[in-house]
Amino acid sequence: MDRNSNLYTFIFAIIMVVVVAAGLAFTATTLKPLQAENVKKEKMQNILSSIGVNVDRNEAGDLFKDYVKEEIALNSDGTVNTDVDAFSIDLMKETKKPATEQAFPLYVAEKDGKTYYVVPLWGAGLWKEIWGYLALDDDKNTIIGASFDHAGETPGLGAEINQSWYEDQYIGKTIMDENQKFVSVTAIKGGADPNDQHAIDAISGGTITSEGVNKMLEERLNNYLPYFKNN
Amino acid sequence: MAGDKEALFSQKNRKLLTDPLNDDNPITVQVLGICSALAITVQLKTAIVMSLAVMFVLVFGNLIVSLLRNLIPNRIRIIVQLLIVASLVILVDQVLKAYAYDVSKQLSVFVGLIITNCIIMGRFEAFALGNGPWKAILDGIGNTLGYGIILIIVAFFRELLGSGKLMGYEILGHKGKTIAESTGLYHFGYENNGFMLLSPMALITVGVLIWLQRSKNRKLIED
Repeated sequence: MDRNSNLYTFIFAIIMVVVVAAGLAFTATTLKPLQAENVKKEKMQNILSSIGVNVDRNEAGDLFKDYVKEEIALNSDGTVNTDVDAFSIDLMKETKKPATEQAFPLYVAEKDGKTYYVVPLWGAGLWKEIWGYLALDDDKNTIIGASFDHAGETPGLGAEINQSWYEDQYIGKTIMDENQKFVSVTAIKGGADPNDQHAIDAISGGTITSEGVNKMLEERLNNYLPYFKNN
Repeated sequence: MAGDKEALFSQKNRKLLTDPLNDDNPITVQVLGICSALAITVQLKTAIVMSLAVMFVLVFGNLIVSLLRNLIPNRIRIIVQLLIVASLVILVDQVLKAYAYDVSKQLSVFVGLIITNCIIMGRFEAFALGNGPWKAILDGIGNTLGYGIILIIVAFFRELLGSGKLMGYEILGHKGKTIAESTGLYHFGYENNGFMLLSPMALITVGVLIWLQRSKNRKLIED
């Protein structure tokens, strides 16, 4: 057949596209369960690391059951929503709904006989979304651990939020003031007063990402206050 | 050429592997693939991962294009080549996501960069379309080695001077909050050059490499 004829070109293109599409679709479908499993384990790994349990991803599944005693979904008024599976809540979709219709996932973990509350976070950085987990002590006030991550912040600047020097600053800070009013913890440009219980150093050159973290903490934690007050 | 009774590693075939390392280097001589050379040479590790990924895609892509070279209609050959690169890259990404999740997380940013890497399309078009499968494989390996070497050299200097590390290890000492807390060179007041982390310095580093190579390699000296 003439390789330069229109018919040949069309037939070649059609066969090529069908073969490639079938191949890719087949791989994507067969690998989907394995990929979903990896994402799930990574989430468990992140939740565990926020309460100070650092594990390999392969062990995360088993250890998650040992440490996390309760996975609850909350309504905006602080009552427990039993219709929703907390672990499967996708914050990316959830945060797009109005606050009153959202379900807020909360993980209650137990480590060495103490109860910790892990709040999942989701917000906007400079370029793309940022997320993380904040673990509170059983006083529901003192932060005992934070882990953040990002989809595409600037390497060396905003991307530093997932580094331990930044995350560890949150440890020991409190989210309520002496009058039990919610103030959150704020990253401050130019450095924070070390005695300030509600402030940490922002990232030099990563101001907008740091502010994104501030906003994310304040917005998300605010939704858990009714529950924390009643329980 | 497919019927040639040529030894697997004849002198001509060996040249396919060695030429791109120096005389015909894709980055410093042909100045292809510069975009990824600038983007991912901040750290040595990412440069190595990228080189391996490009090697996989180029070797298999070259092989496929070379096998199909007598079937591909001339008028749509560029689109066919693009389809081959894109599907290979997606395939690799999917497999890594399932079996090597950590590598795929590192690679995520580069997937787009592999598809648009001009070296790949350049080799398909210039070599694989006109040569047999074995030669195409050698050409793919040779070119990615040439590409990888430059990437690794650039990343070596950028990571060392920009963050004082190599492969993530602090080899110039640890930088503490004050000079007293710091160790190694930082103890004597050494500071990292943050400019090395930005793309312009990658361009300058590549430029210096081109200059060095041209002053050493007689074949590249133009009249």
